[in-house]
Amino acid sequence: MSVVGETVTWLTDSAHWHGVDGVPHRLVEHLAVSGISVALACVVALPLALALGHVGRGGPLAVNLANASRAVPTFGLLILLAVTPVGFGNRAAVVALTLFAIPPLLTNAYVGVRDVDREVREAARGMGMTGMQVLRKVELPLALPLIAAGLRTAAVQVVATATLAAYVGGGGLGRLIADGFGRADPGMTTAGGLLVAAFALTVEVLLAGLQRRVTPGSRRRRAVSGVDATLGLPPA
Amino acid sequence: MPLPLAVDEAPNPWLSWTYLHDNSDAILAATRQHVTLTAISVGLGLLLALPLALLARRSGRLETLVVGAAGVIYTIPSLALFAVLAPLTGLTEKTVVIGLTAYTLLVLVRNVLAGLQGVPEEVVEAARGMGLGPTRLLLRVQLPLALPAILAGVRVATVSTVALVTVGAVVSNGGLGQLIFEGFNNNFYRAEILTATLLCVLLAAVADALLLALEWALTPWTRR
Repeated sequence: MSVVGETVTWLTDSAHWHGVDGVPHRLVEHLAVSGISVALACVVALPLALALGHVGRGGPLAVNLANASRAVPTFGLLILLAVTPVGFGNRAAVVALTLFAIPPLLTNAYVGVRDVDREVREAARGMGMTGMQVLRKVELPLALPLIAAGLRTAAVQVVATATLAAYVGGGGLGRLIADGFGRADPGMTTAGGLLVAAFALTVEVLLAGLQRRVTPGSRRRRAVSGVDATLGLPPA
Repeated sequence: MPLPLAVDEAPNPWLSWTYLHDNSDAILAATRQHVTLTAISVGLGLLLALPLALLARRSGRLETLVVGAAGVIYTIPSLALFAVLAPLTGLTEKTVVIGLTAYTLLVLVRNVLAGLQGVPEEVVEAARGMGLGPTRLLLRVQLPLALPAILAGVRVATVSTVALVTVGAVVSNGGLGQLIFEGFNNNFYRAEILTATLLCVLLAAVADALLLALEWALTPWTRR
Protein backbone atom coordinates (compact mmCIF):
# COMPACT_ATOMS: atom_id res chain seq x y z
CA MET A 1 0.00 0.00 0.00
CA SER A 2 1.19 3.51 -0.68
CA VAL A 3 2.06 5.93 2.11
CA VAL A 4 -1.03 7.95 1.28
CA GLY A 5 -3.22 4.87 1.55
CA GLU A 6 -1.65 3.83 4.84
CA THR A 7 -2.08 7.33 6.23
CA VAL A 8 -5.73 7.47 5.27
CA THR A 9 -6.28 3.99 6.72
CA TRP A 10 -4.63 5.05 9.98
CA LEU A 11 -6.59 8.28 10.23
CA THR A 12 -9.94 6.64 9.49
CA ASP A 13 -9.48 3.73 11.90
CA SER A 14 -11.85 4.55 14.76
CA ALA A 15 -9.58 2.72 17.22
CA HIS A 16 -7.10 5.58 16.82
CA TRP A 17 -9.66 8.11 18.03
CA HIS A 18 -10.44 6.60 21.45
CA GLY A 19 -8.65 6.04 24.74
CA VAL A 20 -5.34 7.21 26.15
CA ASP A 21 -3.51 6.63 22.86
CA GLY A 22 -6.28 8.22 20.84
CA VAL A 23 -5.83 11.44 18.91
CA PRO A 24 -8.30 13.50 21.02
CA HIS A 25 -6.53 12.60 24.27
CA ARG A 26 -3.11 13.37 22.76
CA LEU A 27 -4.44 16.69 21.52
CA VAL A 28 -5.72 17.60 24.99
CA GLU A 29 -2.33 16.67 26.48
CA HIS A 30 -0.57 18.79 23.87
CA LEU A 31 -2.86 21.74 24.54
CA ALA A 32 -2.45 21.41 28.32
CA VAL A 33 1.36 21.24 28.27
CA SER A 34 1.58 24.12 25.78
CA GLY A 35 -1.02 26.25 27.55
CA ILE A 36 0.58 25.87 30.98
CA SER A 37 4.01 26.68 29.55
CA VAL A 38 2.88 29.81 27.73
CA ALA A 39 0.94 30.99 30.79
CA LEU A 40 3.96 30.48 33.06
CA ALA A 41 6.21 32.28 30.58
CA CYS A 42 3.77 35.21 30.49
CA VAL A 43 3.80 35.43 34.29
CA VAL A 44 7.60 35.62 34.27
CA ALA A 45 8.25 37.67 31.13
CA LEU A 46 5.49 40.27 30.91
CA PRO A 47 5.88 42.06 34.28
CA LEU A 48 9.65 42.13 33.76
CA ALA A 49 9.31 43.45 30.21
CA LEU A 50 6.80 46.12 31.23
CA ALA A 51 8.98 47.26 34.11
CA LEU A 52 12.13 47.38 31.96
CA GLY A 53 10.31 49.15 29.13
CA HIS A 54 8.76 51.65 31.56
CA VAL A 55 12.09 52.71 33.04
CA GLY A 56 13.83 52.30 29.66
CA ARG A 57 16.58 50.04 30.96
CA GLY A 58 17.93 46.63 30.08
CA GLY A 59 17.22 47.04 26.39
CA PRO A 60 20.27 45.23 25.04
CA LEU A 61 19.61 42.38 27.46
CA ALA A 62 15.97 42.02 26.43
CA VAL A 63 16.75 42.13 22.72
CA ASN A 64 19.88 39.99 22.78
CA LEU A 65 18.17 37.34 24.85
CA ALA A 66 15.86 36.55 21.96
CA ASN A 67 18.76 36.38 19.52
CA ALA A 68 20.95 34.27 21.78
CA SER A 69 18.15 31.83 22.47
CA ARG A 70 18.15 30.92 18.79
CA ALA A 71 21.50 29.23 19.23
CA VAL A 72 20.37 26.82 21.93
CA PRO A 73 19.14 23.52 20.51
CA THR A 74 15.67 22.86 21.93
CA PHE A 75 16.17 19.15 21.58
CA GLY A 76 19.36 19.29 23.63
CA LEU A 77 17.82 21.41 26.37
CA LEU A 78 14.77 19.15 26.57
CA ILE A 79 16.96 16.09 26.99
CA LEU A 80 19.35 17.87 29.38
CA LEU A 81 16.45 18.77 31.66
CA ALA A 82 15.20 15.22 31.53
CA VAL A 83 18.43 13.97 33.11
CA THR A 84 18.39 16.58 35.89
CA PRO A 85 16.29 16.24 39.05
CA VAL A 86 13.46 17.83 37.06
CA GLY A 87 13.08 14.35 35.66
CA PHE A 88 11.28 13.51 32.50
CA GLY A 89 7.74 13.37 31.34
CA ASN A 90 5.51 16.39 31.05
CA ARG A 91 7.20 18.24 33.90
CA ALA A 92 10.53 18.51 32.07
CA ALA A 93 8.64 19.51 28.97
CA VAL A 94 6.85 22.35 30.78
CA VAL A 95 10.12 23.69 32.22
CA ALA A 96 11.87 23.58 28.84
CA LEU A 97 8.92 25.05 26.94
CA THR A 98 8.53 27.87 29.46
CA LEU A 99 12.21 28.76 29.09
CA PHE A 100 11.87 28.91 25.32
CA ALA A 101 8.67 30.98 25.42
CA ILE A 102 10.20 33.72 27.58
CA PRO A 103 12.53 35.42 25.02
CA PRO A 104 9.92 36.28 22.35
CA LEU A 105 7.42 37.47 24.98
CA LEU A 106 10.02 39.53 26.80
CA THR A 107 11.55 41.12 23.72
CA ASN A 108 8.27 42.06 22.04
CA ALA A 109 6.64 43.46 25.17
CA TYR A 110 9.79 45.40 26.05
CA VAL A 111 10.07 46.94 22.59
CA GLY A 112 6.33 47.69 22.63
CA VAL A 113 6.55 49.72 25.85
CA ARG A 114 9.89 51.34 25.08
CA ASP A 115 8.73 52.58 21.68
CA VAL A 116 5.76 54.48 23.05
CA ASP A 117 6.09 58.06 21.85
CA ARG A 118 8.00 60.20 24.32
CA GLU A 119 5.52 63.04 23.82
CA VAL A 120 2.56 60.80 24.57
CA ARG A 121 4.26 59.70 27.77
CA GLU A 122 5.06 63.28 28.77
CA ALA A 123 1.50 64.41 28.04
CA ALA A 124 0.22 61.70 30.38
CA ARG A 125 2.67 62.84 33.03
CA GLY A 126 1.58 66.42 32.50
CA MET A 127 -2.02 65.42 33.13
CA GLY A 128 -0.88 64.37 36.59
CA MET A 129 -0.71 60.62 36.08
CA THR A 130 1.57 58.65 38.36
CA GLY A 131 4.17 56.29 36.89
CA MET A 132 1.90 53.34 37.52
CA GLN A 133 -1.02 55.05 35.81
CA VAL A 134 1.11 55.92 32.79
CA LEU A 135 2.12 52.27 32.52
CA ARG A 136 -1.41 50.94 32.93
CA LYS A 137 -3.43 53.49 30.96
CA VAL A 138 -0.97 54.62 28.28
CA GLU A 139 2.00 52.34 27.73
CA LEU A 140 0.26 49.00 28.15
CA PRO A 141 -2.57 49.69 25.66
CA LEU A 142 -0.13 51.10 23.13
CA ALA A 143 2.18 48.10 23.53
CA LEU A 144 -0.66 45.61 23.12
CA PRO A 145 -0.10 44.87 19.41
CA LEU A 146 3.53 43.88 20.03
CA ILE A 147 2.62 41.93 23.16
CA ALA A 148 0.15 39.98 21.02
CA ALA A 149 2.85 39.44 18.39
CA GLY A 150 5.14 38.03 21.07
CA LEU A 151 2.38 35.80 22.39
CA ARG A 152 1.79 34.43 18.89
CA THR A 153 5.46 33.72 18.29
CA ALA A 154 5.88 32.12 21.70
CA ALA A 155 2.76 29.97 21.44
CA VAL A 156 3.53 28.65 17.96
CA GLN A 157 7.05 27.83 19.05
CA VAL A 158 5.86 26.10 22.22
CA VAL A 159 3.36 23.97 20.29
CA ALA A 160 6.16 22.93 17.94
CA THR A 161 8.62 22.14 20.70
CA ALA A 162 5.99 20.27 22.71
CA THR A 163 6.05 17.70 19.91
CA LEU A 164 9.62 16.78 20.88
CA ALA A 165 8.51 16.11 24.47
CA ALA A 166 7.40 12.67 23.30
CA TYR A 167 11.08 11.71 23.19
CA VAL A 168 11.50 12.43 26.89
CA GLY A 169 8.43 10.53 27.99
CA GLY A 170 5.96 13.37 27.59
CA GLY A 171 2.51 13.04 26.06
CA GLY A 172 0.96 15.10 23.30
CA LEU A 173 0.63 14.61 19.57
CA GLY A 174 4.37 14.06 19.25
CA ARG A 175 3.77 10.58 20.67
CA LEU A 176 2.08 9.59 17.42
CA ILE A 177 5.20 10.52 15.47
CA ALA A 178 7.65 9.01 17.96
CA ASP A 179 5.66 5.79 18.16
CA GLY A 180 5.19 5.75 14.39
CA PHE A 181 8.96 5.93 13.91
CA GLY A 182 9.47 3.40 16.70
CA ARG A 183 7.12 0.86 15.12
CA ALA A 184 8.31 1.68 11.60
CA ASP A 185 4.68 2.44 10.74
CA PRO A 186 4.71 5.02 7.93
CA GLY A 187 0.93 5.47 8.09
CA MET A 188 1.06 6.43 11.75
CA THR A 189 4.18 8.60 11.30
CA THR A 190 2.65 10.58 8.45
CA ALA A 191 -0.73 10.86 10.15
CA GLY A 192 1.01 12.19 13.28
CA GLY A 193 3.04 14.64 11.20
CA LEU A 194 -0.04 15.95 9.43
CA LEU A 195 -2.01 16.30 12.66
CA VAL A 196 0.82 18.19 14.37
CA ALA A 197 1.27 20.46 11.34
CA ALA A 198 -2.48 21.17 11.20
CA PHE A 199 -2.54 21.91 14.92
CA ALA A 200 0.42 24.30 14.73
CA LEU A 201 -1.06 26.12 11.74
CA THR A 202 -4.42 26.44 13.53
CA VAL A 203 -2.75 28.02 16.57
CA GLU A 204 -0.84 30.38 14.28
CA VAL A 205 -3.97 31.46 12.41
CA LEU A 206 -6.01 31.96 15.60
CA LEU A 207 -3.32 34.03 17.30
CA ALA A 208 -2.64 36.02 14.13
CA GLY A 209 -6.34 36.86 14.23
CA LEU A 210 -6.03 37.96 17.85
CA GLN A 211 -2.99 40.05 16.99
CA ARG A 212 -4.89 41.77 14.19
CA ARG A 213 -7.84 42.51 16.50
CA VAL A 214 -5.71 44.35 19.03
CA THR A 215 -3.76 46.21 16.33
CA PRO A 216 -5.34 49.46 15.12
CA GLY A 217 -5.68 49.67 11.34
CA SER A 218 -3.09 52.40 10.95
CA ARG A 219 -0.43 50.26 12.61
CA ARG A 220 -1.18 46.94 10.95
CA ARG A 221 1.32 47.26 8.17
CA ARG A 222 4.06 48.09 10.64
CA ALA A 223 3.13 45.32 13.00
CA VAL A 224 3.39 42.80 10.19
CA SER A 225 6.57 44.01 8.54
CA GLY A 226 8.23 45.14 11.74
CA VAL A 227 8.70 41.67 13.19
CA ASP A 228 12.19 41.17 11.80
CA ALA A 229 13.99 41.81 15.05
CA THR A 230 11.54 39.67 16.93
CA LEU A 231 11.06 36.82 14.50
CA GLY A 232 10.53 33.61 16.40
CA LEU A 233 12.76 30.63 16.49
CA PRO A 234 12.33 28.19 13.70
CA PRO A 235 9.94 25.44 14.72
CA ALA A 236 11.85 23.09 16.94
CA MET B 1 6.65 11.92 40.44
CA PRO B 2 9.69 11.86 38.22
CA LEU B 3 10.93 8.40 37.48
CA PRO B 4 14.03 7.45 39.46
CA LEU B 5 17.06 7.61 37.25
CA ALA B 6 19.55 4.83 36.91
CA VAL B 7 22.20 7.55 36.95
CA ASP B 8 21.86 8.08 40.65
CA GLU B 9 23.47 4.74 41.34
CA ALA B 10 26.68 5.22 39.38
CA PRO B 11 28.81 8.36 39.09
CA ASN B 12 27.52 10.35 36.15
CA PRO B 13 29.28 13.71 35.94
CA TRP B 14 28.04 16.55 33.76
CA LEU B 15 31.45 17.09 32.26
CA SER B 16 34.07 14.44 32.00
CA TRP B 17 37.59 14.68 30.71
CA THR B 18 37.65 10.91 30.22
CA TYR B 19 34.61 11.12 28.00
CA LEU B 20 36.19 13.86 25.87
CA HIS B 21 39.47 12.02 25.65
CA ASP B 22 38.07 8.58 24.85
CA ASN B 23 35.53 9.80 22.35
CA SER B 24 37.34 12.63 20.61
CA ASP B 25 37.08 10.90 17.22
CA ALA B 26 33.32 10.42 17.51
CA ILE B 27 32.83 13.99 18.74
CA LEU B 28 34.88 15.40 15.88
CA ALA B 29 33.01 13.29 13.33
CA ALA B 30 29.64 14.43 14.69
CA THR B 31 30.78 18.06 14.66
CA ARG B 32 31.94 17.71 11.07
CA GLN B 33 28.58 16.21 10.07
CA HIS B 34 26.83 19.02 11.90
CA VAL B 35 28.79 21.65 9.97
CA THR B 36 28.21 19.85 6.66
CA LEU B 37 24.45 19.50 7.17
CA THR B 38 24.19 23.18 8.14
CA ALA B 39 26.31 24.41 5.24
CA ILE B 40 24.44 22.35 2.64
CA SER B 41 21.04 23.39 3.98
CA VAL B 42 21.80 27.11 4.20
CA GLY B 43 23.60 27.01 0.83
CA LEU B 44 20.67 25.32 -0.89
CA GLY B 45 18.29 27.67 0.91
CA LEU B 46 20.15 30.69 -0.47
CA LEU B 47 20.21 29.21 -3.98
CA LEU B 48 16.42 28.82 -3.81
CA ALA B 49 15.74 32.08 -2.00
CA LEU B 50 17.40 34.30 -4.64
CA PRO B 51 15.14 33.30 -7.57
CA LEU B 52 12.13 33.17 -5.24
CA ALA B 53 12.80 36.72 -4.08
CA LEU B 54 13.25 37.88 -7.68
CA LEU B 55 9.91 36.29 -8.49
CA ALA B 56 8.27 37.80 -5.41
CA ARG B 57 9.33 41.34 -6.22
CA ARG B 58 7.47 41.27 -9.51
CA SER B 59 4.14 42.03 -7.86
CA GLY B 60 2.51 42.45 -4.49
CA ARG B 61 0.45 39.34 -5.11
CA LEU B 62 3.46 37.16 -5.86
CA GLU B 63 5.20 38.54 -2.80
CA THR B 64 2.25 37.58 -0.58
CA LEU B 65 2.19 34.13 -2.17
CA VAL B 66 5.90 33.37 -1.89
CA VAL B 67 6.42 34.83 1.58
CA GLY B 68 3.13 33.32 2.74
CA ALA B 69 4.11 29.83 1.56
CA ALA B 70 7.52 30.12 3.24
CA GLY B 71 5.71 31.28 6.38
CA VAL B 72 3.43 28.24 6.37
CA ILE B 73 6.44 25.90 6.14
CA TYR B 74 8.13 27.85 8.95
CA THR B 75 5.14 27.20 11.21
CA ILE B 76 5.26 23.41 10.77
CA PRO B 77 7.19 21.78 13.63
CA SER B 78 10.37 20.10 12.42
CA LEU B 79 9.46 16.71 13.84
CA ALA B 80 6.18 16.85 11.91
CA LEU B 81 7.95 17.89 8.71
CA PHE B 82 10.47 15.07 9.07
CA ALA B 83 7.61 12.66 9.82
CA VAL B 84 5.80 13.60 6.62
CA LEU B 85 8.98 13.57 4.51
CA ALA B 86 10.51 10.37 5.91
CA PRO B 87 8.13 7.87 4.27
CA LEU B 88 8.82 9.59 0.93
CA THR B 89 12.54 10.23 1.11
CA GLY B 90 13.49 7.53 3.60
CA LEU B 91 15.32 7.66 6.90
CA THR B 92 18.20 9.42 5.19
CA GLU B 93 20.16 12.63 5.34
CA LYS B 94 18.16 13.75 2.33
CA THR B 95 15.10 14.08 4.57
CA VAL B 96 17.02 16.19 7.06
CA VAL B 97 18.51 18.47 4.39
CA ILE B 98 15.16 19.01 2.62
CA GLY B 99 13.50 19.94 5.91
CA LEU B 100 16.28 22.25 7.07
CA THR B 101 16.50 23.95 3.67
CA ALA B 102 12.75 24.58 3.69
CA TYR B 103 13.03 26.31 7.07
CA THR B 104 15.71 28.75 5.90
CA LEU B 105 13.50 30.06 3.08
CA LEU B 106 11.34 32.47 5.11
CA VAL B 107 14.23 34.42 6.62
CA LEU B 108 16.31 34.35 3.45
CA VAL B 109 13.55 35.35 1.01
CA ARG B 110 12.40 38.14 3.31
CA ASN B 111 15.90 39.51 3.72
CA VAL B 112 16.79 39.31 0.02
CA LEU B 113 13.55 41.14 -0.75
CA ALA B 114 14.17 43.77 1.91
CA GLY B 115 17.71 44.25 0.58
CA LEU B 116 16.56 44.68 -3.02
CA GLN B 117 13.74 46.99 -2.02
CA GLY B 118 16.18 49.09 -0.04
CA VAL B 119 18.24 49.99 -3.10
CA PRO B 120 17.57 53.71 -3.71
CA GLU B 121 15.54 54.42 -6.83
CA GLU B 122 18.03 57.12 -7.96
CA VAL B 123 20.84 54.57 -8.00
CA VAL B 124 18.79 52.23 -10.19
CA GLU B 125 17.88 55.12 -12.49
CA ALA B 126 21.50 56.21 -12.77
CA ALA B 127 22.63 52.68 -13.61
CA ARG B 128 19.93 52.39 -16.27
CA GLY B 129 21.00 55.74 -17.63
CA MET B 130 24.52 54.38 -17.97
CA GLY B 131 23.07 51.69 -20.20
CA LEU B 132 23.02 48.70 -17.85
CA GLY B 133 20.60 45.97 -18.86
CA PRO B 134 18.38 44.23 -16.29
CA THR B 135 20.85 41.37 -15.66
CA ARG B 136 23.89 43.56 -15.19
CA LEU B 137 21.83 45.98 -13.12
CA LEU B 138 20.91 43.10 -10.80
CA LEU B 139 24.38 41.57 -10.60
CA ARG B 140 26.44 44.74 -10.45
CA VAL B 141 24.23 47.18 -8.59
CA GLN B 142 21.22 45.72 -6.84
CA LEU B 143 22.62 42.51 -5.36
CA PRO B 144 25.83 44.13 -4.07
CA LEU B 145 23.82 46.89 -2.41
CA ALA B 146 21.45 44.29 -0.94
CA LEU B 147 24.38 42.30 0.45
CA PRO B 148 24.23 43.55 4.06
CA ALA B 149 20.55 42.58 4.33
CA ILE B 150 21.14 39.24 2.60
CA LEU B 151 24.07 38.39 4.87
CA ALA B 152 22.05 39.37 7.94
CA GLY B 153 19.48 36.80 6.79
CA VAL B 154 22.18 34.20 6.23
CA ARG B 155 23.41 34.76 9.79
CA VAL B 156 19.98 34.24 11.34
CA ALA B 157 19.32 31.22 9.10
CA THR B 158 22.68 29.67 9.95
CA VAL B 159 22.37 30.10 13.70
CA SER B 160 18.87 28.63 13.75
CA THR B 161 19.85 25.79 11.43
CA VAL B 162 22.75 24.81 13.69
CA ALA B 163 20.27 24.44 16.55
CA LEU B 164 17.73 22.64 14.40
CA VAL B 165 20.10 20.04 12.92
CA THR B 166 19.95 18.17 16.24
CA VAL B 167 16.34 17.10 15.59
CA GLY B 168 17.62 15.27 12.52
CA ALA B 169 18.86 12.60 14.93
CA VAL B 170 15.30 11.33 15.07
CA VAL B 171 15.19 10.42 11.38
CA SER B 172 18.75 9.69 10.38
CA ASN B 173 21.55 12.07 11.12
CA GLY B 174 21.56 15.02 13.43
CA GLY B 175 25.27 15.71 13.72
CA LEU B 176 25.82 16.53 17.37
CA GLY B 177 22.15 15.69 17.93
CA GLN B 178 23.22 12.10 17.37
CA LEU B 179 25.36 12.28 20.50
CA ILE B 180 22.56 13.94 22.48
CA PHE B 181 20.15 11.20 21.49
CA GLU B 182 22.71 8.46 22.03
CA GLY B 183 23.61 9.79 25.49
CA PHE B 184 19.95 9.81 26.44
CA ASN B 185 19.40 6.24 25.29
CA ASN B 186 22.72 5.16 26.77
CA ASN B 187 21.64 5.27 30.41
CA PHE B 188 21.34 9.08 30.46
CA TYR B 189 25.03 9.68 29.93
CA ARG B 190 25.15 13.31 31.11
CA ALA B 191 28.66 14.13 29.89
CA GLU B 192 27.77 13.11 26.34
CA ILE B 193 24.50 15.08 26.32
CA LEU B 194 25.93 18.27 27.83
CA THR B 195 29.11 18.21 25.75
CA ALA B 196 27.12 17.89 22.52
CA THR B 197 24.66 20.62 23.52
CA LEU B 198 27.46 23.03 24.47
CA LEU B 199 29.27 22.27 21.22
CA CYS B 200 26.09 23.17 19.32
CA VAL B 201 25.92 26.57 21.02
CA LEU B 202 29.64 27.11 20.42
CA LEU B 203 29.25 26.15 16.76
CA ALA B 204 26.42 28.65 16.35
CA ALA B 205 28.51 31.39 17.94
CA VAL B 206 31.54 30.63 15.77
CA ALA B 207 29.44 30.51 12.60
CA ASP B 208 27.83 33.83 13.51
CA ALA B 209 31.20 35.47 14.13
CA LEU B 210 32.64 34.13 10.86
CA LEU B 211 29.65 35.41 8.88
CA LEU B 212 29.95 38.77 10.58
CA ALA B 213 33.60 38.91 9.50
CA LEU B 214 32.60 37.91 5.97
CA GLU B 215 30.04 40.71 5.89
CA TRP B 216 32.69 43.16 7.09
CA ALA B 217 35.08 42.02 4.35
CA LEU B 218 32.50 42.03 1.55
CA THR B 219 30.90 45.38 2.26
CA PRO B 220 33.71 47.88 2.72
CA TRP B 221 31.43 50.76 1.72
CA THR B 222 29.23 50.40 4.78
CA ARG B 223 32.01 51.45 7.14
CA ARG B 224 33.97 54.62 6.98
